[in-house]
Amino acid sequence: MDHNKKKSYLINAIAIVALYLVFFVLIQTKTMNNYFVGIAIMTCIMIIMAMSLNIVAGFLGEMALGHAGFMAIGAYSSASFSIALVDSGLPLPHLVILILAMIVGGIVAGIFGFLIGTPTLRLRGDYLGIVTIGFSEIIRIFFINFGPTGGAAGLKGITRLVNFNNVYWITILVAVLIFTLGRSKQGRAIISIREDEIASEAAGIPTTRYKVLAFSLAAFFAGIGGALYAHYQSFLEPSKFGFMFSIEMFVIVVLGGLGSLTGSIISAIVLTILPEMLRGFSEYRLLVYSLVLIIMMIFRPQGIFGRSEFSLTAFIESLIQRKNVKNSIGGGEAS
Amino acid sequence: MNLFLQQLINGLNVGSIYALIAIGYTMVYGIIKLINFAHGEIMMFGAYFAFIAATSFHLPVWAVLLSSMVIMAIIGVTIEFIAYRPLRNAPRLSALITAIGVSLFLQNLALLIFKPDPKVMPKIFPETIYKLGEIEISSTTLITIGLSIFFMVLLDLYIRKTKQGRAMRAVSEDKDAAILMGINVNRTISLTFAVGSALGALGGVLYSVAYIQVYPTMGVMPGLKAFIAAVLGGIGIIPGAMLGGFIIGMVETMTKAYLSTTWADAIVFGILIVVLLFKPTGILGKNTREKV
Repeated sequence: MDHNKKKSYLINAIAIVALYLVFFVLIQTKTMNNYFVGIAIMTCIMIIMAMSLNIVAGFLGEMALGHAGFMAIGAYSSASFSIALVDSGLPLPHLVILILAMIVGGIVAGIFGFLIGTPTLRLRGDYLGIVTIGFSEIIRIFFINFGPTGGAAGLKGITRLVNFNNVYWITILVAVLIFTLGRSKQGRAIISIREDEIASEAAGIPTTRYKVLAFSLAAFFAGIGGALYAHYQSFLEPSKFGFMFSIEMFVIVVLGGLGSLTGSIISAIVLTILPEMLRGFSEYRLLVYSLVLIIMMIFRPQGIFGRSEFSLTAFIESLIQRKNVKNSIGGGEAS
Repeated sequence: MNLFLQQLINGLNVGSIYALIAIGYTMVYGIIKLINFAHGEIMMFGAYFAFIAATSFHLPVWAVLLSSMVIMAIIGVTIEFIAYRPLRNAPRLSALITAIGVSLFLQNLALLIFKPDPKVMPKIFPETIYKLGEIEISSTTLITIGLSIFFMVLLDLYIRKTKQGRAMRAVSEDKDAAILMGINVNRTISLTFAVGSALGALGGVLYSVAYIQVYPTMGVMPGLKAFIAAVLGGIGIIPGAMLGGFIIGMVETMTKAYLSTTWADAIVFGILIVVLLFKPTGILGKNTREKV
C-alpha cells in the first residue's frame, strides 16, 4: 500500500517535471511564440479557477454562479497591493512581490467568501445560485463605481510579474493543495454533506462550519487565480468579471465532471484552447462552442470523468498489463 | 409628489414587462425544475421577429404581436424537444449547462443573422400622450401595462380552469402521479414551453418598444432580472413571478429616479439577497420541511 503510494507520487512527479521540461524547451527554442505562451498561461489560470470552483460545486455540491466576483476581489486587491509595493521602491525580487500579492489577493477574497458564505449558505440549490450571482454582480458594480481602482475605465499600471515558469509551478502547488484537501478529514466531511446533509449532520459533522469552510477556501483559491490574472494582463476592467465569466467557469467544472479535479483540469485546458483554435472562423466560433457544449451534455451528462479521477499510475499500469498480455500471446505463437 | 406618481407609472411599465418574462422562467421551473437560461434569448428573438414583421412586412399591430408570439412558441417547443428532453432524467446541473449552451447558441446565431449593431424598433403602437395634471402617460405605456395584465389574467384562467392547465399543475406537483392519472407528461411540458415562450416573446416586443432598440444581447440583462423576479416571488409559483416582476421593476425605477443610476442594479440584487435571507423560498414560497 505504502509502496504503491510512493510509486504513484514518483510517477506523477516525473510527469509534472517532464511536462514542464517540454514547455521549457518549446519556449526556449521559440517553437512556441508569445501568443501560444499567453494561451498556456491563461489555461493555467483557468485550471486554478475551475479547481477552486470545484470545491464548492463538486465537493460541496452547491450551485455557485458567482465565482468571477471572488476572482475580481483577488485581482483588484492584489493589484492594488503590488502597485503600492512597487511604488514604495523596496528592492524586492519579482517573485516575492508576486507571492505576497497572491497571498493578499487570496486572503481578501477568502474573507469575502467567509462573509458572504456565512449568511447565504442557509439557502439551497437554485436560491443559493441566484444569491451568488447577485453578490458577484454587486462586486462588479462596486468596482465600476469605485474611483481608487480606476472605476469603469479599469486599473492600469500593474507590473507584469507572471510568466509561464512561475504560473506553472503555482498551478501545480494549488492542484496539490486542493487534491490533498479532497482527501483530508475536512474534505471528506464536505463530500459527506454533498451526499446527504441530514445524515452527515446526524453523524456529528458540523455542516454549517464545513460549508462555510468550503466556500471560503474556494474564494481563497479564486483570489489567487485573480491575482495571477491581474499580474498577467497588467490591466483590469470590471466588465471582464461579469455574469458570463462565472458561467464560463461553471461550465468548465460541470463539463469536466462535478467533483473530479482531473476532469476540471482537462476541461479547463480544452475549453480555453478550443475557442482559440476556432479563431480562424471567428464568426462561427461561439456558435460551434455552444453546440459542442449542448452535444457534450446530451451524450455525456455526467461530464468527461463523472466523479472519478483520472490516475496516471493506473493508466500506466493498465498499459503495461496490456503489453504483457500481448507479449504472452505473441510468445505463445512463436513457440 | 408628481415625480413620484410619474415614476410609479414607469415602474409599473417596466415591472409588467419583467413579470411577463418571469412567468416563462417560473412555469418551466415549476414543471421540469430547470432554470431555462435561454429564456432571455427567446425574448430577444421575439423582439427581432416583431421588428421584421413591422418593418419588412408592415403588418398591423395585432399581427406583429401574434406572429412573434406564435413563432417563438414553436421555437420554444423545438428547443425543449431537441436540447432538454434528452436530459429529462440526467443530473439537473447538466440540464442547466445545456440551457446555458442553448442561450449562447441563440445569442451567437442572432449576432450572425442580424449583425451586432442595434436596430431602431419602430413605434408599433399608436402614439398619443395623455396629461393628468403634470403627469404624462404615453399610450405605449398604457398599452404595455394593459396587454401584460390582460395576458396574465388569461394565463391565470387558463391554468385554473382548463384541462391542460390542470394537467400542468398536476405535472408540476408530482410527475409520476400525473403519469398514473393518464396525463401525457411530454405534451404538457411542450405546452408549458409554448405558453412560456409566447409570453416571453410578448415581453421582448414590449421591452424593445419601451427602449426603442433591438440587439442580439438585449435578452441578457432583462432575462437575468426577470429570473431574479421569479426567484424573489418564489420560483415555480406563477403569481409569485408576477409579484416579483412588479417589485423588481418598481425598485429599479425608484432607485434610478431617487438614488443613483449606476447603483440601481446593485440595489436590485441587494434587495433580492436580503429578501431571500429572511424568506429563503421567496415571498410567496412555502417552506417545505425536510424529512429524513
